[in-house]
Amino acid sequence: MKIYGIAILSLCYLAGQVIGDLLGLGLAFKGNIGGVAFGMLFLIVFADHFKNKGFFDQESESGILFWSSMYIPVVVAMSSIQNVKVAISSGFIAVVVGVLSTLFCFMLIPLISKFSKQEENGN
Amino acid sequence: METIIEGLIKNNLIVAFLTVGVILFLSYWLSKTFTKGKIPGAAIAISAGLFIAYFGGDKGIANIPLFSGMAILGGNMLRDFSIVSTAMGASISQIKKAGWIGFFSLLIGIGAAFFSGALLAYAMGYHDIKSVVTIGAGACTFIVGPVTGNAIGAESDIVAISIAIGVIKSVLVTLLTPAIAKKIRLTNPKTAMIYGGVIGTTSGVAAGLAATDPKLVPYGALTATFYTGLACLLCPSVLYYIIDLMI
Repeated sequence: MKIYGIAILSLCYLAGQVIGDLLGLGLAFKGNIGGVAFGMLFLIVFADHFKNKGFFDQESESGILFWSSMYIPVVVAMSSIQNVKVAISSGFIAVVVGVLSTLFCFMLIPLISKFSKQEENGN
Repeated sequence: METIIEGLIKNNLIVAFLTVGVILFLSYWLSKTFTKGKIPGAAIAISAGLFIAYFGGDKGIANIPLFSGMAILGGNMLRDFSIVSTAMGASISQIKKAGWIGFFSLLIGIGAAFFSGALLAYAMGYHDIKSVVTIGAGACTFIVGPVTGNAIGAESDIVAISIAIGVIKSVLVTLLTPAIAKKIRLTNPKTAMIYGGVIGTTSGVAAGLAATDPKLVPYGALTATFYTGLACLLCPSVLYYIIDLMI
């Protein structure tokens, strides 16, 4: 049943959130630090384990895949609830940071790929 | 008329489903008809989301009662829930395939995007740490910015800027990848994994690779999946403290 998959996803999510909240507390933030990352980690380990044991069928998996297909719609809704009226006056910075930072990242790819080749040759 | 609107407000989450569905439908149609799919429908849809937020107030479109359900659908809970679910595509055997070079490129990619973004934000007059960190996180992806911003308590307008930065990155990646693929030697699975790790914005990476060489998509998507999770962990913690030391 699909709800089995959603329940497993919920378990991983909640476990991740608890760790994230504790980490936030430890770092003296009110917010959640890395809850998403821990949740993802749990889901990967859980899903792998249950799949190998054969407990996890396609129907359960489709419950999780439904939520992953809701990712972009949720992000669209998230965008629509921001304080854009105030942000619009600083639209220029968004363009500058978006363009320059992306170009900078692109320039790094050949460097890393060269480094990884050298390492292979070295071994 | 009033009764109808009141009824719709009572069902605000369902109204939000309908609204987002219509936005996505129109965005994918625009993408296909006017850009031949070159600008991804997802990027157009997120931009449309920011656009309609303009007509609301401090909580964007959710200030209008009819669209208050957007705050549930786009709130932190469902956002984080759907991000976690995207990890379903990865398995441990695949992670081993990406190996150290995948992990290394993730760290370099997140660091490069974050610090270049933070530095530019500082240079352009943002000197409070919450804004600098959130804008730096936005330079990672359009999801890392808001997750980080919420974690450290940044203002909503800064979060909006960080989303816009991430969207611009996603569009640029999609458009530029086919053009510079040869220059950055993006012709084999290994470089594709490095590319996914360094660039990170999943929708842009997948769309860019699809236009370059569809066979490379799974390799780039593999490392890109971990980018968001790792960046959401590093930006509000380790990277925040590094910025704290620098400012």
